[in-house]
Amino acid sequence: MSFEGIPVYKEKAYFKSAEHGGGEVKRHSFIVVGSGPIGLAMALFMARKGHQVTIVTAFDFIPAGSKGICYSKEALDIFDDLGIGERIVEKGVIWNVGKVFWGDSSDPVYQFDMLPVKDQKNPGFVNIQQYYVEDYLVDALEAMDNVQIRWGHKVSGIDVGENASTLTITTRDSKYQMASDYVLACDGSKSTIREFMGLDFDGRIFEDSFLIADVKFKQSRPSERWFWFDPPFNQGRTALLHKQPDDIWRLDFQLGWDVDRDAAIKPENMAPYIRGILGEDIEYEEDWVSVYTFQCRRMANFVHGRVIFAGDAAHQVSPFGARGANSGLPDVQNLAWKLDLILRGQAPESLLESYDVERTQGADENILNSSRSTDFITPKSETSTVFRDAVLELAGEYEFARPLVNSGRLSAPTPYHHSPLSTPDRDEFAVGPKPGQVCVDVPICQNGEYYWLLDSLDDGFTLLHFGQNPPQTNIQTLKLSDAGLAGQRYGAGTTYLVRPDKIVAARWANASENDVKQAHKKAITGEGK
Amino acid sequence: MKTSESLNTTANLQDCDTVYEALINAHEGLSDKDSAKLNAKLILFLINHIGNKNVILEAIEKSQAN
Ligand SMILES: Cc1cc2nc3c(=O)[nH]c(=O)nc-3n(C[C@H](O)[C@H](O)[C@H](O)COP(=O)(O)OP(=O)(O)OC[C@H]3O[C@@H](n4cnc5c(N)ncnc54)[C@H](O)[C@@H]3O)c2cc1C
Repeated sequence: MSFEGIPVYKEKAYFKSAEHGGGEVKRHSFIVVGSGPIGLAMALFMARKGHQVTIVTAFDFIPAGSKGICYSKEALDIFDDLGIGERIVEKGVIWNVGKVFWGDSSDPVYQFDMLPVKDQKNPGFVNIQQYYVEDYLVDALEAMDNVQIRWGHKVSGIDVGENASTLTITTRDSKYQMASDYVLACDGSKSTIREFMGLDFDGRIFEDSFLIADVKFKQSRPSERWFWFDPPFNQGRTALLHKQPDDIWRLDFQLGWDVDRDAAIKPENMAPYIRGILGEDIEYEEDWVSVYTFQCRRMANFVHGRVIFAGDAAHQVSPFGARGANSGLPDVQNLAWKLDLILRGQAPESLLESYDVERTQGADENILNSSRSTDFITPKSETSTVFRDAVLELAGEYEFARPLVNSGRLSAPTPYHHSPLSTPDRDEFAVGPKPGQVCVDVPICQNGEYYWLLDSLDDGFTLLHFGQNPPQTNIQTLKLSDAGLAGQRYGAGTTYLVRPDKIVAARWANASENDVKQAHKKAITGEGK
Repeated sequence: MKTSESLNTTANLQDCDTVYEALINAHEGLSDKDSAKLNAKLILFLINHIGNKNVILEAIEKSQAN
C-alpha cells in the first residue's frame, strides 16, 4: 500500500475537527505540527506533563519504507522517559559492536564498541524500523484522554503574530483555521512552515547517492554493524549492513553521483550487490528499496518568536552515524520541559532562548561529525582519496591508524559547554558528568532493591546527593550511597542539580542550600552567575 | 605532553642530509600516485608520533602559506 509514493504501514482515521465549518477560531496554547517521531515525542512529553495536546499532520497513516533504524542509547533513555523504551528494546535488535572491512578481507581493519561504559540500563544501540517507533508513540498518545491527533490535516498557511499565530488547515473536504500561542514545527526536512515563513536552511549537499535496500532473509549473522570500504561487490565504493527485527536487514550501497535511480532499483540490477553480501544460495525478498542523496544543513535559529522548530525541520544530516531522529529526540526533550515551565508561569519566556543555544550547538556537532564521515566515505579530491586509502592500508597492521577510520561516528549526546543554564564548577571534580553533560546511568540499590539511576530521576528537577547529608531544599532530592559504582561515577559526598532532561545544571563537592537555590534559578532563567 | 607546546621551527633534525636523501630515494621510480600514497602514509605516521594537536595544526597552517 502506498500514498503519493510513500509506503503505508498503518492507516489512521481522518475525522473532521470541532473547528471545521467556520465560526469562532479556537485559541490553543500550543499545536504540534507533524506526526514523525519528533512531533509525536514532543506531543507525548507535553501530554505526560498534563497539557491538552493537539497534533495536526498531513499524513493519515504511519509511513513504512526505509527510514531510520538505529536508535542510540540517548534516544532509548528518552523513550524510557516517555514510557515506551522497554517496548522498543524488546522488539528491537540490540547491538554494541561495529566492524569495518576493507577490500575482500574477512578480517575487520577496525572494530568499535558503542557502549564503552558498561552497567547501564540501555545498550549502545537498538535497531528497529522507524514505523514501529512511531506506532508505539501513537499507541501511548492514543491511550491518553488529553491528546488529539488530527490525521490528514495539513498546514497550508501560517500567519505569524507576536503572541499567537493563525494556521490554515486543509483537509480532504475543507479548510479551517486554528489559532495558537505556540507552534511547534516538527514538519520534517521539507517543512512547509519554514518555507511559508521564508526562513533559511543552508548547508552542503553531498554529491553521492545510496541504494538503501531493506531485504528479508534468514541467515544467522551476528547483531553487529558491518561496514565495507571497497568490497568486491561494490568496487571503489562502500556498503553497510544492519540487522532489523522480523528477519529484515538494511543493506546500503554507495552508488556515486550520476545514477539512473529507476534503473538502480530494478531487481536484476540490485541482485549482484545483495548477492555480494548474502552469497549465492540464500533466498531473499525485497521489503522496500529506494535511492537517497543526502545533505547536511540547519536553520540559523530554531526559535522564531513563538514558532519553534525541531527535528528534521530544523536540521538535517547524512545518515552515517544515525544522527537524524537521534538528534531530534533530544530537541523535544529539551524543549518540552522549558515550554511546560513557561506555560505554568514558573519560568520566563526567555528560557526558550536556551533551547536555541543548546540545540543549535547539538545540530552543529551532528553536522560536523556527519560531514567528516561523509568526507571519509566519499573523498572529495584525489588527495583526499589517497589519505583515506593510506589510513585503511595502515589500519590492518598499525593500531594508531584504526581510530582514523571513519565509517560514521555514531550518535552520542552533545555536551552543552556554554549553556546559559549551567553553573560552572566551583569545586574540583576528578569524575562525574560536568555541567551541561547528561547524567551517566548506574545501578543503585535502595532498601534492598535495585534500580537504574536514570529511571529514578524525577520528571522535574532532581537533586542527586551521593552521601549522608544533602542540602535541605524544596527540590525533589534523591539521596544515594556513594559506595560502589555510583561513587566511582559521581564522586563521594557530591551533590548534582539535574534538569528534567537529565542534564547536569550544577554540581558541588560541598553544596549549601543557597548554592542549590542560585543554580536552580539560573537553570530556569538563564540569569545569574 | 604539554598542550601549549608549539611547532619547533628551529633546526632539530639529526644528520639532516642522510634523512633528506632517504626521503628522496624512497620516491625513486614511483608513479605520482604511489608517491602520493607514500607521502600520505609518512605524514600519518609522523602526525601520530607528534600527537600534539596544536603542533600539527600549526604545521598545516604554516605549510599553507606561500
Ligand atoms: C535512509 C535513511 C536512514 C535513516 N537512518 C536513521 C537512523 O538510523 N537513525 C536516526 O536517528 N535517523 C535516521 N534517519 C533520519 C530519520 O528518519 C529522520 O531524522 C526522522 O524521520 C525525522 O523525524 P521528524 O519527525 O523530524 O520528521 P519526519 O519523520 O519527516 O516527519 C514529518 C511529519 O510532518 C508532517 N508534515 C509535513 N508537512 C506538513 C504540513 N504542511 N502540515 C502538517 N503536517 C506536515 C508529515 O505528515 C510527517 O508526519 C534516516 C533517514 C533516512 C532517509
